[in-house]
Amino acid sequence: MKKVLSQAKKMAEHAEVFQISSKVTPVHFEANLLKQIQSKENVSTALRLIKNGKVGFAQANGSIEPKRLAEMAAETCEFGMPAKFDFPKPKVYPKIETFDSQIDNVTIEDMVKLGEQLIDSIRQHTPDIICEVSATKGIISVDIINSEGGEASYSKSFFNLSLEGVLIKDEDMLFVGDSHSSCHPLLDFTPIAEEVIKQLELAKRNVSIATKQMPVIFTPHGVASSLIAPLVSAFNGKLVLDGASPLKNKLGEQVFDKKFSLWDDATIPYQVASYPSDDEGVPSQRTPLVDNGVVSHFFYDLQTAALANTQSTGNGSRHGGLPTPSPSSLVIGKGNIPFRDMVRDIKEGLVVELLIGAEQGNILNGDFSGNVLLGYKVEKGEITGRVKDTMVSGNVYQILKQIEAIGEETRWVEGFLSTPCLYCTGLSITTKMG
Amino acid sequence: MQGQAADYIEIRLEETRITRIVYRGERLEEVGRTSSLGGNVRALVKGGWGFVSFNNINKLRDKVDLAIRQARLTAKEDFKLSQTEPAIDIVANEKSEPMNTSLASKKQLLDEYNDVILGTPKIRTSNIGYYDSQRKITFANSEGSYIEQTKADINLRLTAIASQDGQVQQVGLSIGSPGDFSAINGLQEQVKQTAQRAVELLSAPQAKGGEYIVVLDPVLAGVFVHEAFGHLSEADHVYENKRLQDIMVLGRRFGDKSLNIVDGAAVLGLRGSYKYDDEGVPATKTYLIREGTLESRLHSRETAAKMGEKTTGNARAISYLYPPIVRMTNTYIEPGTLSFEEIISDIKEGIYAKDWYGGTTSLEMFTFSASEAYMVRNGKIAELLRPVVLSGNVFVTLDNIDAIGNDLKMNQGGGCGKGGQSPLPVANGSPHIRIRRCLIGGS
Repeated sequence: MKKVLSQAKKMAEHAEVFQISSKVTPVHFEANLLKQIQSKENVSTALRLIKNGKVGFAQANGSIEPKRLAEMAAETCEFGMPAKFDFPKPKVYPKIETFDSQIDNVTIEDMVKLGEQLIDSIRQHTPDIICEVSATKGIISVDIINSEGGEASYSKSFFNLSLEGVLIKDEDMLFVGDSHSSCHPLLDFTPIAEEVIKQLELAKRNVSIATKQMPVIFTPHGVASSLIAPLVSAFNGKLVLDGASPLKNKLGEQVFDKKFSLWDDATIPYQVASYPSDDEGVPSQRTPLVDNGVVSHFFYDLQTAALANTQSTGNGSRHGGLPTPSPSSLVIGKGNIPFRDMVRDIKEGLVVELLIGAEQGNILNGDFSGNVLLGYKVEKGEITGRVKDTMVSGNVYQILKQIEAIGEETRWVEGFLSTPCLYCTGLSITTKMG
Repeated sequence: MQGQAADYIEIRLEETRITRIVYRGERLEEVGRTSSLGGNVRALVKGGWGFVSFNNINKLRDKVDLAIRQARLTAKEDFKLSQTEPAIDIVANEKSEPMNTSLASKKQLLDEYNDVILGTPKIRTSNIGYYDSQRKITFANSEGSYIEQTKADINLRLTAIASQDGQVQQVGLSIGSPGDFSAINGLQEQVKQTAQRAVELLSAPQAKGGEYIVVLDPVLAGVFVHEAFGHLSEADHVYENKRLQDIMVLGRRFGDKSLNIVDGAAVLGLRGSYKYDDEGVPATKTYLIREGTLESRLHSRETAAKMGEKTTGNARAISYLYPPIVRMTNTYIEPGTLSFEEIISDIKEGIYAKDWYGGTTSLEMFTFSASEAYMVRNGKIAELLRPVVLSGNVFVTLDNIDAIGNDLKMNQGGGCGKGGQSPLPVANGSPHIRIRRCLIGGS
């Protein structure tokens, strides 16, 4: 890395080298049986330059001559955007726990056994189910150095266990599933087994539902698959700067229900989306986005923050190119209503566990519309069965303006979102006739 | 590789060069270049796979050993991959234009398009993502195949974003080609219409949710055939699943006699075209549905062997980081005889949906979204609607196609995602089609 930096300094006034290396071991089960064991090692080196005030960028996956990488980056400078930021000087980073050395002690045999136990426990409940399971462990190391003397470095361990099950009866397919991630090894399969068995129980019977407006309880998976994509884009500092976010001029305004709070938090110990430094050397932090319904902040990287006359929130993240604002862990504040009380309150409504396609509408405007892959009908305060061939449509700004109730329990879904159940009204349910 | 204690071993080495250019509004946000070098080893022992990916290409023998050790841990029963003739071949890419076109001329073209979008009244901002790649893949296996293939790919997505009174609307245009730069030239008029449509959407009403008779334009119908049927015809969903095999039995009727659905990398000159797949199997053209009935499905060597069917050359990996899995290539509905006017002439009330935002499937249920939609009243295109999301059930919806146009067009702007491998270059296409009783989400 130092060689790349010194080559780069010969060609440009300022430079930054970012290196990430990873070693990941996924174990896959297909159709209830062990199928494939993988071992993946990868090293990427990214160079960002500022030359004559303009940003250049190049990345190499695998080995490359330092001089060649510097030349590739320098070649793009001529066309690059004007740099409005400086690379961070030496900083003090918060001590965020993201590494558990126990991950090294987990053997492939342990992971195989974990998958087998998980599949066995689900098949004891439902013998005909066909499961795909992945158990994955990994370690990544991130190093950043820049020409201003800034240096950041950390390692992260992670473990993920996930299951997707399909149960086919005639031409009816029922999909169930869950996954858990942590920086600690997860060697207990029971939380996933319990969740999936709960889904199978609630979906035992198919029931029909009417086309009309009705209340919906979004479970944590339901929140992740329906409501999060529009919010992530609306709070992205870059979309706010462009005017492509409906929240552009709403800072300090009451846009959401008073019960609703949302924050981005990269500092939670042992969460897979946590880090002490973001991908451009800015210390991580907790950033309130919605405080009791009031829009309180957006998330930024260095360049976007400079253009918007504010500070980076430590959300510069790389996805194969230059850093761009991305959430770390998102947390929705919990409420005080148990799930069963929400159900009891509904005369006719729906529990949404998973929508597919919801993020494929005009999410910039907050619109979502998706097919209920897993959801249950509520009649007179009780869950009566599974609903299918049904779409749920709404607008996040309308439905989160007045939330009926927020759940008292929260959980992590998809490794980056901690959320309770949200009980909302005014959703359009459209279903097949006959 | 030979003489090792495995039933099958393959090695893939890959060198890639990528250029990315990103605009947001007036800001040219990113011009970047990526160079990758890496590879993988895959080993099969008694039906179980080991897979090792790396980008330090030294000590290949150690990697082969590791892949075999992993495969042994997963070994189950005697199993042979479906037979394929070992090939020794070098396939050059005729179109290597992305690498020969200067950054300056790429930028100049994108600047022009960006100016067209931003010059449209009421447009708030733009979003342009350009990507080109040149990939050289060397493949060898323990059966004696040695294949070098060079592939190029170009993808451009332009989005116009309009806003007014807290409302934000967007319309996108996606174009791609297997390396031919001229495919993205000369789009000024289309870009202008895209931007104007985004502005018009600000005052358009939302569709009322319900079941409609819908007409899909060739672009959206291409996404429909990919999501609604293409994924279900990938044999890796079926080969270990007895119940799904019973449902997807060859010869089963899915639609009207006029319905023919094809997938094939041997259809030349498209983003999903190639000579050999990532297991070294020659590309084919496969009728998935012929005259309304299920004729065949897409295979890797493993799924073909397990199901006792012919290989189709559909095992693809997005890069050396992943093992090849069964994927689509160029998927389309063959043209029928009807003109667009004939298709809409007897519709009293329906929806005409065009162009795409996206699509997804659970195999049974699928959704796909149109970025442009109109009401159809009494056989005529009527008012513009906000974007619509359409949904259906594969076992019902294909049979509800009751009109197929004569105007097949292929769309090359999309990418496909499966098993964490995205976006894979594919092409989709169709003529205009009409579907009865299609579910549309809305107010």
